[in-house]
Amino acid sequence: MVEGTEPMSERERILGRIREALKGRAPLPGHHGEVVENFAGPERETFSQWLPAVGNTKKAKFEAFAKASADLKTDFRHVADEATMIRELRSVAKEEGWIKVASHHTDLTDMACGKLGLPTLWTDGGYDVNEMESCDVGISVCDALVAQTGTIVLTSRTGGGRALSVLPPHHVVLAHSKQMVRDLPAAFALLKERFGDGFPSMMTLITGPSRTGDIERILVLGAHGPKKLTVLCHD
Amino acid sequence: MKVTLFVPCFMDACYPKVGISIVEILERLGHEIECPEEVVCCGQPAFNSGYWEESRVICRKVLKQLERAEAVVIPSGSCGAMLKVFYPELFKGEPEEAAANDLAARTWEFSDFLVKRLGVTDLGAKFEGKATFHDGCHGLRELKTKDSPRRLLEKVEGLELVEMEAAETCCGFGGTFSAKFPMISTAMGEVKCSSANETGADWMVSNDSSCLMHLQGLLDRQGNPLKTIHLAEVLAQR
Amino acid sequence: MSSPVSQFKTDATAKAGDLRHRGLIQTALRKYEIVRDVRKGAFQDWEQARQSAAETKFFAINHLDTHLVEFAEKLEARGTKVHWASTASQAREIIGGIIKQKQAKSVVKSKAMTAEEIHLNPALEKLGFEVVESDLGEYIVQLREEAPYHIVFPAMHLTRAEISDLFHNKLGSPETHSPEELTMIARDALREKYITADIGITGANFAIAETGMISVTENEGNARLSAALPKTMISLLGIEKVLPKLEDLALFLPMLATAGAGQQITCYNTMYGGPRQADECDGPEEYHVVLLDNRRTELLADPEQRDALHCIRCGACLNVCPIFRNVGGHTYGTTYSGPIGSVITPHLRGLQDWKHLSNSSSLCGACTETCPVKIDLHHHLLHNRRNASAGKPSVLERLAYRIYAIAVNTPGFWGLGKRIGRLAYPFARFFSGTIYDPARAWTKTRDLPPMPGQSFKEWWKERNR
Ligand code: SF4
Repeated sequence: MVEGTEPMSERERILGRIREALKGRAPLPGHHGEVVENFAGPERETFSQWLPAVGNTKKAKFEAFAKASADLKTDFRHVADEATMIRELRSVAKEEGWIKVASHHTDLTDMACGKLGLPTLWTDGGYDVNEMESCDVGISVCDALVAQTGTIVLTSRTGGGRALSVLPPHHVVLAHSKQMVRDLPAAFALLKERFGDGFPSMMTLITGPSRTGDIERILVLGAHGPKKLTVLCHD
Repeated sequence: MKVTLFVPCFMDACYPKVGISIVEILERLGHEIECPEEVVCCGQPAFNSGYWEESRVICRKVLKQLERAEAVVIPSGSCGAMLKVFYPELFKGEPEEAAANDLAARTWEFSDFLVKRLGVTDLGAKFEGKATFHDGCHGLRELKTKDSPRRLLEKVEGLELVEMEAAETCCGFGGTFSAKFPMISTAMGEVKCSSANETGADWMVSNDSSCLMHLQGLLDRQGNPLKTIHLAEVLAQR
Repeated sequence: MSSPVSQFKTDATAKAGDLRHRGLIQTALRKYEIVRDVRKGAFQDWEQARQSAAETKFFAINHLDTHLVEFAEKLEARGTKVHWASTASQAREIIGGIIKQKQAKSVVKSKAMTAEEIHLNPALEKLGFEVVESDLGEYIVQLREEAPYHIVFPAMHLTRAEISDLFHNKLGSPETHSPEELTMIARDALREKYITADIGITGANFAIAETGMISVTENEGNARLSAALPKTMISLLGIEKVLPKLEDLALFLPMLATAGAGQQITCYNTMYGGPRQADECDGPEEYHVVLLDNRRTELLADPEQRDALHCIRCGACLNVCPIFRNVGGHTYGTTYSGPIGSVITPHLRGLQDWKHLSNSSSLCGACTETCPVKIDLHHHLLHNRRNASAGKPSVLERLAYRIYAIAVNTPGFWGLGKRIGRLAYPFARFFSGTIYDPARAWTKTRDLPPMPGQSFKEWWKERNR
């Protein structure tokens, strides 16, 4: 260390080593060992063309989402209107014998939970974890549904926090068919557009109920997160 | 065409019939053949073990000897990969770089030479039996010779070709690896042989004698009736 | 303690001949191959996807300094404390320090290979903290007091009967051979831990520079719980995890899932960019991100093998590696096993001590062919071999290759060699396979190749006479 200078931070040391290391140029992958000058980065517009295909019509998107859901064992119901969605929700509640639900305040969830008429833990503004643990279901809205993969996109700001969608044994998502996007690139574009100037602290892509294959590679649902995932989507 | 045949060292000593079969096949097709006396080994053992300087001593001689060859044919995917893929790497930045690249372009693995260079698949061969094909890794992944041997075998009268599940799985030879880590090498060979056995084949055919040397040694020791044979020997039978 | 090379050879010899192990692993991985092929087939163009992924990682790594700075600054702007650790011990100290300062009692951890790399659990336990692994596979191997067997499938070497015995002995649960029931036993045991833990530790699969977020991929939901309930969250990740842009995940998440486990996309892919924000109802009060170098910059300084830092730890190269499939994960004796482990361990832990991992390969190239980010794995094994023998050659081996070079370069020698071989051949059969056999490494399990009376070259000469 030169006398009179501040001791270098670990950050500077690491960055210094990186800059030194990068003075040697590496060959670009797939270019037979050639160093390519001024490589500007990947062409991200092409990603959609390599990923699994999804049609662009509403019908194609809903079919893809339904197929992925069937594979994943997500209970996906696409219904005509809000009223039908509420009926479906009530019938699930009855089947499963829910006693207490957890949810967060939005117009849709307020209305739906109101119609359920069960004791409800609202996560907004904080909640007791043990109480949420005792709920039979977490009911939330989402930011998007992804047709390509059967994925639900939600965030800590818009989906009732971090735990609501993962702590109770059943997660129910209430969605509008307009929220269906075609593929993953579209989903990330949407997140950027919606939150670009202030991202929530958590954004998650949920694809099917929690699962594990850690015992002899045999699929078991409900490893730590919900055993059941229900998506109710209305037009 | 004048064909320069490179019969690698261990095939020269242990499997002369492979070279003889190729001479027969190519002469039948009307080509002139030469076998330079002084080309013995491709230099791969030293290269694979990390002794690149020692390997270059051998490879320089090969480069020199094959300098004027029109087409070099090698009946081994592995030695073929050495000339076609690894010589250019070995001589990168060395005075022989251009010569290495040039030789790589003129070198052919035997089955590829027949199918892709000469455009022949039917050699009028006859061979009775059920056979499965083992893809030697270097041929398969460095040279991409998956199709050529199969297209040739499909045309052999009397031969029934069946694919094994582990066709593309390494047999475990791996050159000096087979002696440095004999138990891993053996286990890999056993996996391969049991996959070949599952097909009910009588023969395991390959375009790499080195793999077959290891597999046949294992089969013999275990009293397994499956037999191995080099592609060229199958194609030369009529 | 035995040296890494002798430990490797001993364990490899034992495992390679263990038919039960062979059956278990081959069956599990054959299943994997089938589903992986289905998922790969669903891509419109898997090969182009690989090229794009390789280029994205190339760009990320070759501008690592700017990406890391961007990543850290964005995280800090959202109230995250970012720590930089040059070495494993610095990282352990940082994490231990946070836990001490919080006066925490219990820690839940979700799967993080980087934590294995720096041996975090033993260090924290030494400080008196209870660390619970929450991923089912990790939990199982933790109860068995062993290292994960595989970077993605930590407990794939165990049968359900063994897991049942383990749970019965350690947790007092009734014996059962149902994977479902076994999973529920672990779920119940771990629920309590989440709710009471003070600290949640996670790894990261990606670090998004543009937005200052980590991305965690998991199937079980354990990482999400570790990131939701404890008051303090810590993420430990290697500096090579960066991706430049958020939308890069659109490519990487499905590729990671496809290559790693034959899934279209993993169940939970979650991006974390900070502690609980003012408008949020839950999440940790404090968020710490620890960036680890631990000799990654040395690998970075080798342009030839720099692409090894593109690795997304999908485990695909392990799954297809015939060496891995026969010797198993523990045999490698190090955190990262399989082809990627054999490439990077000599860099991370010392070339001369770990070069045997680069030697123990048939160079079949199945790894390179399968790697979703196109790392030139098997050629890097060759490069390691070259560097190892250039740095510290084996005198005997080099001598042997020098003599061999003379022998094959001099036709008279080669002819003579063949004749000697032929003469010795009948005698070789007497002690073939015995301890007196110089070729025992070969002949112990294999017969010698034939040695016919006339070589090809002799035949050719005779014919053209
Ligand atoms: S090297 Fe490639 S295949 Fe192996 S774990 Fe890393 S990304 Fe996956």
